[in-house]
Amino acid sequence: MNVLILSAVLGVVMMFSGILLKSKAALRNVAITGMVLLLLVNILEMCGTVFFRINAADMLGFDRFSLLFNTTAIAATLIYLLLSARDIEKVGVNYAEYFALIFFIICGITLSISFKSLLILFLGIEIISIPLYILTGSDKRNLKSNEASLKYFLMGSFSTGLMLMGIALLYGATGTFQTVLRLGPDQLPTPMMLGGMLLLMFSMSFKVSLAPFHFWTPDVYDGAPSVFTSFMATIVKGAVFIAFIKLFGDYFAVLQPKWQIFAGIITVATLFIGNITAVFQQSVKRMLAYSSIAQAGFMMLAIYANNTDGREGLLLYTIAYSLATIGIFAVLIKMNDYTFSGFNGFAKHQPLLAATTTIFLLSLAGIPLTAGFMAKFYMLKSTLATGNGMWLVIVAVLMAAVSVYYYFRVIQAMYFREGDDPKIVVSPAFKWTLVVLAALVILLGIYPNLITFWIYF
Amino acid sequence: MVPVLLILIPLLAGLVTFFIRDEKVARLWSLLGSLAVLLVSVLGLTVLKQEKNLQFSTEWLSALNSSFSVKLDSMSQLLCLLNAIAYPLVILSTWQTSYKKAHHFFGLMLLAQAGMMGVFLATDALLFYFCWELALIPMYFLCSQWGGEKRIAVTFKFFVYTFLGSLLMLIGILYVQAHTPDHSFSLDAFMNSRLPAAKQQWIFWLFFIAFAIKMPIFPFHTWQPDTYEQAPTATTMILSGVMVKMGLFGLLRWLFMVMPMAAFQWADFITPLSLVGALYAAFIAIRQDDLKRLVAYSSIAHIGLMCAAAFAQNETGFQGVMIQMFNHGINIIGLWIVVEITERQLGTRKISELGGIAQKAPALATFLVIIAFANIALPLTNAFPGEFLMFNGIFSSVTVYNIWFTVLAGLGIIFGAVYTLNMIRKVFYGEMNAVTATVKDIAWNERIVLGLIVLLIFVLGVYPRILLQETAQAAGLINEKFDFVRQLLLEQKK
Repeated sequence: MNVLILSAVLGVVMMFSGILLKSKAALRNVAITGMVLLLLVNILEMCGTVFFRINAADMLGFDRFSLLFNTTAIAATLIYLLLSARDIEKVGVNYAEYFALIFFIICGITLSISFKSLLILFLGIEIISIPLYILTGSDKRNLKSNEASLKYFLMGSFSTGLMLMGIALLYGATGTFQTVLRLGPDQLPTPMMLGGMLLLMFSMSFKVSLAPFHFWTPDVYDGAPSVFTSFMATIVKGAVFIAFIKLFGDYFAVLQPKWQIFAGIITVATLFIGNITAVFQQSVKRMLAYSSIAQAGFMMLAIYANNTDGREGLLLYTIAYSLATIGIFAVLIKMNDYTFSGFNGFAKHQPLLAATTTIFLLSLAGIPLTAGFMAKFYMLKSTLATGNGMWLVIVAVLMAAVSVYYYFRVIQAMYFREGDDPKIVVSPAFKWTLVVLAALVILLGIYPNLITFWIYF
Repeated sequence: MVPVLLILIPLLAGLVTFFIRDEKVARLWSLLGSLAVLLVSVLGLTVLKQEKNLQFSTEWLSALNSSFSVKLDSMSQLLCLLNAIAYPLVILSTWQTSYKKAHHFFGLMLLAQAGMMGVFLATDALLFYFCWELALIPMYFLCSQWGGEKRIAVTFKFFVYTFLGSLLMLIGILYVQAHTPDHSFSLDAFMNSRLPAAKQQWIFWLFFIAFAIKMPIFPFHTWQPDTYEQAPTATTMILSGVMVKMGLFGLLRWLFMVMPMAAFQWADFITPLSLVGALYAAFIAIRQDDLKRLVAYSSIAHIGLMCAAAFAQNETGFQGVMIQMFNHGINIIGLWIVVEITERQLGTRKISELGGIAQKAPALATFLVIIAFANIALPLTNAFPGEFLMFNGIFSSVTVYNIWFTVLAGLGIIFGAVYTLNMIRKVFYGEMNAVTATVKDIAWNERIVLGLIVLLIFVLGVYPRILLQETAQAAGLINEKFDFVRQLLLEQKK
């Protein structure tokens, strides 16, 4: 509850400070301070200190799981701001608004991961989506950015429509928006209920870019300013996944035999399309867009499995994936040339950046000793534990081997090929933040318990 | 504490090496580091050989029932020793070779050593998997950065191949772990796992493909000759001398101990595969004009034979494989050193362009002939006892095709002699030409290294008991498992 209120307030504060503060640095510092504040109040809430007690009529529920995710999401956003706040300012003139929108997105994330009513879920997802449409189009003079924004908006609205339709059907079938679904021992789910469930699955799949609802992803991620791609491909996607597993793991748990096969098919399709298409990309940014689809396929395994390991693993996965991708994007934003060959000889000219990027790429590929491996490990373990997921696991593993191809292409370019100095200028603070980020990735790869521990205590 | 030191010393020494900019200092430092590992490893085999010194276990991922537990036992000690011996030999023998960014090179080499030590010592499946992958990453960078012309593509193939194999193994590990009594990853729990026989049949393959790619045996070998050819020779020595033994070791410790039933049932399928692979590699080696590729194919042939002997599944076979893993490691490093010297001095590896080196470099030729004899397992050389035991094992295995398998294995040895002696004849004897006239005899460091290798060859050839008594216990342990399986099947038939 703390974060929900405070993030909305801070969003407004950011908008006004855009008028009051003329210096970019001051504005940036306000945003970073605000994020630190959010992190603090959320940790306080985890320790039991709640500042705002509002009767939400049982439509919101803050459990350990969602609070923990919120902490990590805010922490990741903080790291993201520390790394890329200067680049956010470069996107356009209304930079105060960009920070404000990020705070509003945090508000939407908080809503959508702690919903207890389908209406709140809907609100949360929309509060996330609308700022994203704006951020995607924020580079106003760039045609690609405009196109991406329009495309995202049109398709996003359509999937919102699907979601509303699904919620309406479920309301018709159960007579309530509350997320409690009970079926008697020999009571069959009605077609209306199943239809609503499927529509919700499709619209959620759209939001986290699962195949075959992924078509917007490459264009939008590629067209949007890179700083915002970084944010929406990581933290936002993770949050929607948490909402996804809450919706299907808790609310639709009784219908699991019905939706599990759909989840399986979606997983396989996503893994296949994401990984195979990523192989053929020439631009690192577009490759990362497809890689985010591929990684979503892996995360979907947790929803398929829907057990304790799966939930812990999904939490770990969103963090591992977010940290690594934020790191790579932070470096990518600095580059002038987004193609693979733009990275040629990078290790020679920027050894530290290259080394940290390598760690992030290894994490995404799932090499042991990085957080990405433990995350993938949890996914495979939870899917095997269901007893009927062997085929999925084999597909996932084959596709993980494919993913090595495109992640390692960047490493090859950086280390083994000769190239000109990309002439990028980075501050020592940026370098240190990257090193801390890389250290976090490795730390979580050795002790994943550092995260999963807090779900229970 | 011994096993922990064996992993920690190369790890820390390797990390420090990254910060030593000066090439000479970096080289000296890594030599010292590897000598320290060797010292600890020898101490572990002699003075400190008490149960409490040889194992270590501490909590790691308690939520997953996995612990950091390592143990230096009868099965792993020879390979750890091999790993420890190989590094000083390799670093010394390439003392004159200069590398760009030498500190990175030596740092990565030592990290790979730490990874391989971890593989040999781990008694926890997850830790085993961790080290298995971690040994690969430095190798990837070593081969891609310092290798030959086609290094990037070739190394990448090697990497993807092994990575895919190990991911399949990860599925296998997870599957077995779900069927252990206490859901833990420890080796003991794995050995007590209750896998239904029908499931074992194909879980076996998840593990075996990973090991088969690593060894490599036919038809998973295609990465190997290219990688050996393209990798810098120092790395190739480690790859072929130590790293491929990871596959055989995994076979013995993780596959045979955990799934003896499936291993027994697939033996008749895998033995001919590895023997045919060995013959096939020998044939290619005969026609090979490139020295590096010749040695690479010879390595495939030897490994194929070892795999077949392991699948003979009796005590003599196991013991043969275990001591042969050690001896083959020593011999092939010797062969690579000779290849490296020839290439560095003459700038070519083409057998057709060489000839008559013995006239100018008698010492080199003498060493080579001895190592080559060891490579074809002549009596009195170290490879003979191992190969003899392996033959014995294959011949006395319970399968009905044992005679055929022995004949195939014997052919492999004969062809081995053909290509090895051919190589000596063409490169070291015969007519001298313009290229080989410039050759000089070997330097002090190469004399030391080759001398040590030859010494090992003779000592272990005349007195193999040193190795045999170390491996007897492990061979007995594995054999027990198979005795049990054979008993079970016999009862079922009745």
